[in-house]
Amino acid sequence: MSGRRLMAVARKEVIQLRRDPRSLVLAFLLPLLLVLIFAYATTLDVRDVRLGVLDRDRTAESRLLVDAFEESGYFSVRRHLERYGDVDRLLVEGKVSAVLVIPRDFAVDLAAGRAAPVQLLLDGSDANTATIALGYADAITAGFAADAGRAGALRPPVEADARVWYNETLESRNMIVPGLIAVLMSIIAAMLTSLTIAREWERGTMEQLVATPVHRLEVVFGKLLPYIGIGLVDVALASLVSMLLFDVPLRGSVPFLLGTTLLFLLGAQGLGIFLSAALRSQVLATQAAIMVTYLPALLLSGFIFAIANMPSVLRLLSYVVPARYYIEIARGVFLKGVGPDALAGATIGLALYSLLGIGLAVRAFRKEIA
Amino acid sequence: MDKPAISIRGLTRRFDDLVAVRDLSLDVASGELLGLVGPDGAGKTTTLRMLAGVLPPSEGDAIVLGQSIATRPEAMKSDIAYMSQRFGLYQDLTVRENIEFYADLYAVPRVDLPDRIERLYAFSRLGPFERRLAGDLSGGMKQKLGLCCALVHRPRLLLLDEPTFGVDPISRRDLWLIIHERIAGGTTAIVSTAYMEEAERCDRVAFLHEGRLVGLDEPRALQGSLGADVVELEVDRPRQALVELARSPLVRSATPFGDSLRLVLRREADWSAVRAALEAAGLRIARADAARPSLEDVFVELVRRMDEARP
Repeated sequence: MSGRRLMAVARKEVIQLRRDPRSLVLAFLLPLLLVLIFAYATTLDVRDVRLGVLDRDRTAESRLLVDAFEESGYFSVRRHLERYGDVDRLLVEGKVSAVLVIPRDFAVDLAAGRAAPVQLLLDGSDANTATIALGYADAITAGFAADAGRAGALRPPVEADARVWYNETLESRNMIVPGLIAVLMSIIAAMLTSLTIAREWERGTMEQLVATPVHRLEVVFGKLLPYIGIGLVDVALASLVSMLLFDVPLRGSVPFLLGTTLLFLLGAQGLGIFLSAALRSQVLATQAAIMVTYLPALLLSGFIFAIANMPSVLRLLSYVVPARYYIEIARGVFLKGVGPDALAGATIGLALYSLLGIGLAVRAFRKEIA
Repeated sequence: MDKPAISIRGLTRRFDDLVAVRDLSLDVASGELLGLVGPDGAGKTTTLRMLAGVLPPSEGDAIVLGQSIATRPEAMKSDIAYMSQRFGLYQDLTVRENIEFYADLYAVPRVDLPDRIERLYAFSRLGPFERRLAGDLSGGMKQKLGLCCALVHRPRLLLLDEPTFGVDPISRRDLWLIIHERIAGGTTAIVSTAYMEEAERCDRVAFLHEGRLVGLDEPRALQGSLGADVVELEVDRPRQALVELARSPLVRSATPFGDSLRLVLRREADWSAVRAALEAAGLRIARADAARPSLEDVFVELVRRMDEARP
């Protein structure tokens, strides 16, 4: 291997990238844009559920309950209703997604220590939101009941005081964003390099290149080098955006994250070069790169569906999905602040992936026409 | 004579059912300029690709600068230069960036580079365009840039695949000047071309047809080997003359050539008999000169003989 030839290939790639606006958009803008879009779109939290209130009691107590809903942050009171008949209309028209009905004698029952039921009507056409909103409503009324009870009546005998660690506010975005970076980078990394070798075959420059004494390794690593740099910049930008915009914490070691990111990029970009060299067509190689990275990274990596809950076949399959390890590491480093000792398995998984990617790329690239 | 620069033995390349090059054997002497001549599909590109070590042969071998292309295709690559038929440089790199890239790949000493680039600019006249993207150059300038990139490491052997294809006449002459200068300096070269008149610029010509070698000799010797008369002829009614000649069993071919007609007679035929036939048809012959056979005449004849020899 000659360092000069390797750097010549790398420098040439950089010049070409710099002069190709489409490549630059693909390399830098697309990942950032996708992180933003996905992070906003895939949040699983429910906030500001539009609430209608039919308060038939109209007492200080009933108003306290309504305030409790409003102050929780999960509901926002949009309408005060006068008649029960309006409930149906508002829900159907989608003006509100839930209606709280407080019956007459609410305050009286409360003061007497009797059960004081209230009614919550939910728009079940969005089952997910309805279920989550119901959970919030239960928690709010339970809290309200406990406060009311403390003033005089009974307290629940056992109270579970649950605390969530690592993602204290149970914000799904915290969990999603580090995983999202991993999923998006698995696709983009492989996609970027899937163009490189095929482009040279298609444009006819490869015929000239393979007639020179350049070594296969110099071509593969020379092409890889700039894209590794791009990948690292992408991950850094996406991490910054997550931290600044979505308040995702970064608790673990940055060097460890950098090292594992490097392994992951070597694997994914090696895979891209492998496909590019094997298929010799930009269109085919890109499609193949998206196919082999996107679906597994989305479905079998634990990004959306917990691996522990998968049928055993899929669970086994997930071990060969590199995104699984990178997600584990990204979540571990961002949210838990754990390092190499807790993530040794995942690190080894990524190391193997990097070897596989590079190995395939070097094997597939031949200095031969046809 | 020195050991040949290239020694081709039984070189064959198949693509599925198609035999692109069939059992090719020939030697190229050191310092020789060999023209590889034939129509499209004759196997010129396939031959050059195999010699350049970028396409493995199906059978046979060639020893290029002492190295077998079948077993060690990388061994001689730093000493040769191959220029593919299709423009193979980076269109989105400038003239200078392309040259520097190839200088790096061939490990041209850095201290020599500025001087070498200046010399390349001097004969290619690309200096004023060094910051222009290769993709923005004209066809002729592109080919000159290709030659500059091929020559930057001072190769001992040049393999040029149709370097003058689609190039204007002036640039074409420039390209041949550059090639001849290299040959004078001791470089060996194989240049393929579909233009017969270009073949006359070569020391020897190898005619390829359908993957076979149909003729190999110096241009003059080939022209002398035709063994048939070529006549340039001016008549008063050339069109009618063409019709008459096409009917004649004595004439192999008759083609309009400017104001005149160019006749290739059958080997056994005699010009006076043809002349008599034309005059009997009422045509008046203003001028009739014996002409030197062109390489095209020779090639057509060689192909005809090959076809006749085939069962």
